[in-house]
Amino acid sequence: MVSPNPAENNGGTALPAAEARALNDVVIRLAGNSQDGIQTIGGFLARLAGRSDQDVMTYMTIPSTISGGPSIFQVRMGTGDILSSGDQADFLVAFYQHSYENHLSSLRPGGVLLYDADHVKPNPDDKRFTAVAAPITSGTVEAVGGSSKDKGKNLYVLGLIARVFNLDVAKLSGLIKERFGGKTEDIVRNAMLAFDAGYAWPADNLRDCFYRFNPPTRTSTRPQVTLDGNSAMTYGLIAAGVRYGSGYPITPWSSIMEMLRSELPKYGGLFVQAEDELGAVSYALGFSYSGHLAITGSSGPGLSLKMEALGWAVMSEMPLIVINVQRGGPSTGMPTNVEQSDLLQALYGSHGDAPRVVLAPRDVEDCFYIAIEAARIARAYSTPVIILTDQALSSRIEAFDEPDLAGLMVDPAPDLSARPADFKPYPLDRITRHAPPGSRVGSGVYPTVTGLEHDELGHPTGSPQLHTKMTAKRREKLKALAATLPAAEAFGDPEGDVLLVGWGSTFGPVREALNRIRNSGTKAAQLHLRHLNPLPPGLEDVFRRYRQIIVVEINDEGLYGYGQLATLLRARYANPAIRSLTKTDGLTYKVSEIVNGVTHLSARNGVPA
Amino acid sequence: MSAPEILPPALPATDRAPLTKKALTADHPTWCPGCGDFAVLHCYYRALEKLNYPHEKIVTMAGIGCSSRFPYFVNTHGGHYIHGRSLPFSAGVSLGRDDLHVFVFGGDGDGFSIGGNHLDHVARKNPRLTYVIMDNFVYGLTKKQTSPTSPIGFKTKTDPTGAFDQPINPMRKLVDSGATFIARSHATQVNHMTEMIMRAAQHDGFSVIEILSECVEFYPGAFDTSVPRKGGTFGLIQEKKNDGTPEDATRHDTTDEVAAYRLASEPWPGLFGVFLDKKRPTKNQLEANLIAKARERTKGASDLQLLQSTFAKLR
Repeated sequence: MVSPNPAENNGGTALPAAEARALNDVVIRLAGNSQDGIQTIGGFLARLAGRSDQDVMTYMTIPSTISGGPSIFQVRMGTGDILSSGDQADFLVAFYQHSYENHLSSLRPGGVLLYDADHVKPNPDDKRFTAVAAPITSGTVEAVGGSSKDKGKNLYVLGLIARVFNLDVAKLSGLIKERFGGKTEDIVRNAMLAFDAGYAWPADNLRDCFYRFNPPTRTSTRPQVTLDGNSAMTYGLIAAGVRYGSGYPITPWSSIMEMLRSELPKYGGLFVQAEDELGAVSYALGFSYSGHLAITGSSGPGLSLKMEALGWAVMSEMPLIVINVQRGGPSTGMPTNVEQSDLLQALYGSHGDAPRVVLAPRDVEDCFYIAIEAARIARAYSTPVIILTDQALSSRIEAFDEPDLAGLMVDPAPDLSARPADFKPYPLDRITRHAPPGSRVGSGVYPTVTGLEHDELGHPTGSPQLHTKMTAKRREKLKALAATLPAAEAFGDPEGDVLLVGWGSTFGPVREALNRIRNSGTKAAQLHLRHLNPLPPGLEDVFRRYRQIIVVEINDEGLYGYGQLATLLRARYANPAIRSLTKTDGLTYKVSEIVNGVTHLSARNGVPA
Repeated sequence: MSAPEILPPALPATDRAPLTKKALTADHPTWCPGCGDFAVLHCYYRALEKLNYPHEKIVTMAGIGCSSRFPYFVNTHGGHYIHGRSLPFSAGVSLGRDDLHVFVFGGDGDGFSIGGNHLDHVARKNPRLTYVIMDNFVYGLTKKQTSPTSPIGFKTKTDPTGAFDQPINPMRKLVDSGATFIARSHATQVNHMTEMIMRAAQHDGFSVIEILSECVEFYPGAFDTSVPRKGGTFGLIQEKKNDGTPEDATRHDTTDEVAAYRLASEPWPGLFGVFLDKKRPTKNQLEANLIAKARERTKGASDLQLLQSTFAKLR
C-alpha cells in the first residue's frame, strides 16, 4: 500500500472521495472465526478484483478443529501483478479480542486496524496504527433485525471495506446476489441490508482512511476468471478429457474429489468414493485399464498408501493421474498447513526401480494447465503422472485469463481400435500403447497386463536379460519425454550472482523476492521447475551462469543440509554452487524470508547479494 | 425388387466363429500336478464356450497367489494386479465399460485377508462382475502359512503348534457384506462348478463363488469329507422351484438372506450350490442413472459448452 504515513487528522471531517489516497495494491487481513463467513467476503473481494481487471491473491488458514475456531482470510488485490498474498497486512479487520491479539503483529506500522467495538478492547497506548472502532456486531443486528442475531456481520464489514477502498458497489451487489440468489429472498435482502449499513456507517468515524486503486494496467482482452487452485485443477482435468476417477476423503484433497463427483456425470463420466486409498487407486487403475485415463488423488498419508499400486502402474505401464495436495508431514502431521515435503516420495516412493513422471503447478492458473499437461504425458507415454500441488495452492484464490477452452478440450473417447497381428503390449523398441479390453487383436492373442516382470507379450519372466531390458524400457521412455520438454529458462539477469530455483506454489513469492533482490543491485534470476521428473533439458547451462544457485523449498534441510529438490539437483548436476533455503513452519514463504535467506547464504558464501 | 433397406441389417448375436477352448487357452498352467485349480480353469473355459461372449469383451483379472496366476493361462484381455486389490480394480473396469464381461480370480488370502475390506465394500456397491475365490485353506505360493480360512489346529509354518485364530466363514461373511449372488462349489465337481460359473456370469450384479480347491502340496486331503469317492458327502442345496408342491416348502429360497445365513452355518463340510441370488440395482445402473439425470439437466450441451458455462460463472 502506498502512503504509509497517515495524513494529518483534519478534525474528523471525512475527506471527499476525490481526495482519497491512491494506491497500487492493498493487503486486507480478515481475522475472526471460521463460522463468521470471512471466507465468503474474502471471496467477494477476490472476485471483484478479477472482474475489475485487477490482480488478486488470497491466503487463508483453516482451523484444525472439527467445527469453527479462529481463522483468517487475507486478500491482496490491486493493480499490476500480485505475486504473493503479502508479508504484512495494510488493513486488519479484528472481529474478536483473540483476533486482535493474535494478528496485530501481522499489521504493518502505519496500517489501519478496523475492529469490532462490541468485542475488542484494543490497547489504547499502541499508537503504531490508525485504529477505527466500528460497531460491527450491533450495527449488523440493528440493520438486519429479526432473529438473525449478528449473522451478516461479514457483509457489514464488506460494506465498510467497500467504503474505505472506494470499491464498485454495483459489482459487489451483483456478486452478493449471484452468491445468495439461489436461496430465499430473505437471505439476499438481509445480506444487502448488512452491506448497506456498513457502507453507510458515518464516514467521519473512518477518519482519513479513504483510498482508491490506481487504474488497472492489464492489457489482455480476455475476461479474467477468479477461482482457487483445487477448482482450477478440477476443470483442467475435465478439459484434458479425464472423465473417470476415484478417491477417499482427506484434507486438503477432498474438494477436488467432491467437485469431480458432481461435475463428471454431466460429462458422461463418474467418480467413485472408494473404501480406502488402496481401493481408490485401484478403481482408478481399473478405469485406465478399461480405456479411460483416470485420476486419483490424496494428501500425504494417502499418497503413502497408494505407493504399491503406483509401482504396479509403472510396471504394467498404465496411464494414470495422481494428484497429491501436499500438507505438513510426516504421518498425520499438520493437515491444514502447507509443506513441499513429498517430492522424494513422489519420485521414489514405491519399492523397486519405478520411474514415474512428477509435475508441480506454480500458481492457481497453472493448476489448470498442469492437469492438461499431466493427461497428455500419461497418454503419450503410458505412465502414471503425479501432480504435486499443496495446501496453500488448494485454497488460494487468484484471477487469471479465462482459458481458450475451444483450443484445449481433449476428446475423452477410449481407443478401442483393432490392434495389428504383431501387437505387443510391451514392445522393447517403442513406447507401450495400452490396448483396452474391447479392442480386437489381429493375432487373436490377447494381452495380460501385469506387475510381474514380463516379456514383450506380457508373459512372466525371470530372465536376467529381460529384467535389464524392461527396466531400461521403463526408464528410457521418461528420458524420451525429457528430450521433448522445453529447455529450462531463467527469468531475470542472464548471468550473475544468484539463481533462485523453486518448484510448486513458491513461484510468486520467489518472483517477488527476485524483484527486490534485483532492485537492490544484485544480478539475479529465477528458474521455476514445473517438470520435476524428468527434469527439463538445459539446466546445466543455466546453472553455469550464476555464482550461487539457491533452491527455495518448504521442507526440511535433511541430514546433509539440503532440501528435497536441492538434494536431487546436487545429485544430478554435482554442482557445488547449489545451496538450499528451506523452512518447516507449515506456512507459505514470506517474500522477506526469501530475501533475508538469500542475503544470509550469500554472506556465508562470500557472494554479493 | 425389394424395398431399399433404411437401416443396415442387424448383426447376428456374434458374427464370428464360436469361442472354443483352443482359442481361450494361453500359457500352460504352472500349478503343481493335482492342484484343484486346474479343474476350475477347465470349467472357466467350458463356461465361456457356452456363454460365447465376443472374445475381446471378456476380461480375466486376478490378484496375487497361486490361483491368481489364472489370467496367464487364459487367452482373453486380462491382468495380474497387486495382492488383495483386484476387486476394486475390476469394479473400475466394469464401471468404466459396461459392455465388458469381467471375471476375477483369487484365493482365500487374497480375498479374505489382505483384500477383506475390498470384498465387503465392492460387494455392497454391487458392480456387475463375477468373482471366483479358490479357497484352499492355506497360503500355497509362500509355502504353507496360516490363511484366514485355515481350521483351528491346522499346523503351518506360522502356527507350528496348530492354528488357533478363529477362521472366517466365507458364506456368512459374503451374505453379510451384501453380495447379491453367492454360491459355493468344489473343484472335484466339474459340472457343478461350470453351472455355478455360468449362473454367476449371468447374474446382474456382484456374483461370487467360493470353490474349495485342494492344495495337494501343503494341505492334501483338506476337503475329503466333501468328496464322495473318498467317503465324503457332496451335499447340494435344494433350491425352491415355486411348483406348489408340499416338498417345495422345505426348499431354500435364494432370495432370503436369513435363510442363506442359516445354510452358511451348517456344520462342516456344509452345503454346495446357490446360497443367495437376489436383485438389487447394480452400481453400473445407479451411476448410469446419475449420468442420465445430469445430462438431462445440461440439455444436450457439448463438453466444451459445459465447461465454458462453468468458467463464465467464474468471471
